[in-house]
Amino acid sequence: MEKTVNQKAWFLVLPVLLLVAFSAVIPLMTVVNYSVQDTFGNNQFFWAGLEWFEEMLRSERMWDALGRQLMFSGIILAIEIPLGIFVALNMPKSGFWSSFCLVLMSLPLLIPWNVVGTIWQIFGRVDIGLLGYTLDALGINYNYTQDILAAWVTIIVMDVWHWTSLVALLAFAGLKSIPDAYYQAAKIDQASRWKVFRFIELPKMMGVLMIAILLRFMDSFMIYTEPFVVTGGGPGNATTLLSIDLVKMALGQFDLGPAAAFSIMYFLVILLISWVFYTVMTNLDKREG
Amino acid sequence: MAKITLDNLAHSYLPNPRSEDDFALKELNHDWDDGAAYALLGSSGCGKSTLLNIISGLLHPSQGRILFDGKDVTRAPTAERNIAQVFQFPVVYDTMTVHDNLAFPLRNRGRDEAYVAERVQEIARMIGMEDMLKKKARGLTADAKQKISLGRGMVRKDVNALLFDEPLTVIDPHMKWELRTQLKKLHHDFGHTMIYVTHDQTEALTFADKVVVMYDGRVVQIGTPEELFERPEHTFVGYFIGSPGMNVIPARIDGNKAYVNGSYVQLARGYGALDGKVEIGVRPEFARLSQTEGLPVKVRRVEDVGRHKIIRAEFFGTDINIIAGEDDRISADMNRVTFDAAHVNVYANDWRVQGEAA
Ligand SMILES: Nc1ncnc2c1ncn2[C@@H]1O[C@H](COP(=O)(O)OP(=O)(O)OP(=O)(O)O)[C@@H](O)[C@H]1O
Ligand SMILES: [Mg+2]
Repeated sequence: MEKTVNQKAWFLVLPVLLLVAFSAVIPLMTVVNYSVQDTFGNNQFFWAGLEWFEEMLRSERMWDALGRQLMFSGIILAIEIPLGIFVALNMPKSGFWSSFCLVLMSLPLLIPWNVVGTIWQIFGRVDIGLLGYTLDALGINYNYTQDILAAWVTIIVMDVWHWTSLVALLAFAGLKSIPDAYYQAAKIDQASRWKVFRFIELPKMMGVLMIAILLRFMDSFMIYTEPFVVTGGGPGNATTLLSIDLVKMALGQFDLGPAAAFSIMYFLVILLISWVFYTVMTNLDKREG
Repeated sequence: MAKITLDNLAHSYLPNPRSEDDFALKELNHDWDDGAAYALLGSSGCGKSTLLNIISGLLHPSQGRILFDGKDVTRAPTAERNIAQVFQFPVVYDTMTVHDNLAFPLRNRGRDEAYVAERVQEIARMIGMEDMLKKKARGLTADAKQKISLGRGMVRKDVNALLFDEPLTVIDPHMKWELRTQLKKLHHDFGHTMIYVTHDQTEALTFADKVVVMYDGRVVQIGTPEELFERPEHTFVGYFIGSPGMNVIPARIDGNKAYVNGSYVQLARGYGALDGKVEIGVRPEFARLSQTEGLPVKVRRVEDVGRHKIIRAEFFGTDINIIAGEDDRISADMNRVTFDAAHVNVYANDWRVQGEAA
């Protein structure tokens, strides 16, 4: 059939354009707007150019927060990805127990962020929390409001508890898609368990793992609620991750200009890292192919 | 290399099979002779892959025993049985090179690299992939993958048996012929016991010393290609082997005559009283059109397939096929058919009945 060209079809896209404009583009432009202006109150703004950006780039505070943020994302990825794979490998492949595990593992994913924070905040308290109390009773010095290490361990364990399931579920989906014949061939070829993992399971999971890593990276890089509820960014600034710092700056100190510049750079960093990661992974994929 | 004995073997995929229908593989007793080449033929779902998987130990049978040279291996794992198997679904290790794929079974058994390199070269030459050895297996075409899969099956020399599950399905006809020749040569050189599953009867008949025909979870006949052709033990064998398959015509048997709708067909042997569904089977090759002799037949269509002609006809309400020579003249007044009495078989409930010399 001959396809007719009808430019009116563009009107069908219009509602989406409008929605995106109101939900993303306009708010983003307000941020851009603030980032290049200064104010002394009274709703009077002055052109400030790139001053805020320069200030933020020179600000030690931002670099420290970025360092902590990278460390946090790095640690949780290093734990959640291997742990998720390990869990997926050891889950029952079918039957009642498989469904049971799936449901059980989905539970943490369904809990709202601030509730997760609250759960761990209470769980870890030395006076009334089961974890904190037990550790204390065992003679381990654990107090996440004063001890930097304890605070870090708490927010990392919390994130691992909350999100390892996601990695495990994705990895499990990848594993389930492997035809039986691969395992049979591996048995005939007398491949060891490690080789089965290395040459069959891992390659077949690569696609979903890439998605898992990207999702977990972006999400953890933007994390706010959970650590904020537990530690409030403390002790001191020890767990002040990027977005916690941003909120402190924007709402606590009402430094809209620097905060806006900060947000834009924050956004660009996430975009950049995700892009680099994605390109590297897909190139690896192609080179192997 | 070993003789493989199946003793009372049966398998059901259900945990608690109740009736015979629940068995994917029905009770089976058979010796696979050491060093023989078998073709396993049968329609889809008749249990061919199940049987191979039981022999290689990927599947444990619900009943019966498997013996290798008299030694019970029913519970032995795959690794101990030392069997090479090529699967219906071609398996390649995507992230490895073609070379590493072929070397994989040898390296896993700790063979030294010099030997591995030599074997891989040899196999690569057999499957025609010498110039692709350095390529990654991912992204190769389906037929290249199938060749690698086949190559991995052939790379070990010391196996007890080689099991092939339709290894050449997506390979083009010329290469197929080539690979089949290679397999035959391999068999000739090393004398492995080989079982070769296929849907393709020409493949089966050219490859094997013995053809095993399976139907609905049961081995219905084991024999040389000639035996399968001349004396199909089951109507399925008659129908499945040959092209077109054997004509099966409902009949009533009385002594050495088969009555079809009041008229009779002469038989070479005499038969006693038969129960159940009684039929005669005669191959299209042993039926002949005629103007004067035999029973009336309604010719529908004549197909010229090159080497011979196939006549599609109706015989007392049953569709039959008749084969005539390439140069035979078929005229419109040829409306009778005769059957070669020596080649008319009698079947009761689908199984052949051995008659007595008349
Ligand atoms: N893993 C399994 N679980 C349950 N039933 C199975 C399983 N594998 C096969 N079957 C059943 O067992 C029967 C025999 O299957 P099998 O795969 O052995 O047939 P096949 O002869 O190899 O067929 P094909 O020519 O299609 O490969 C079929 O009815 C099939 O549905
Ligand atoms: Mg099969």
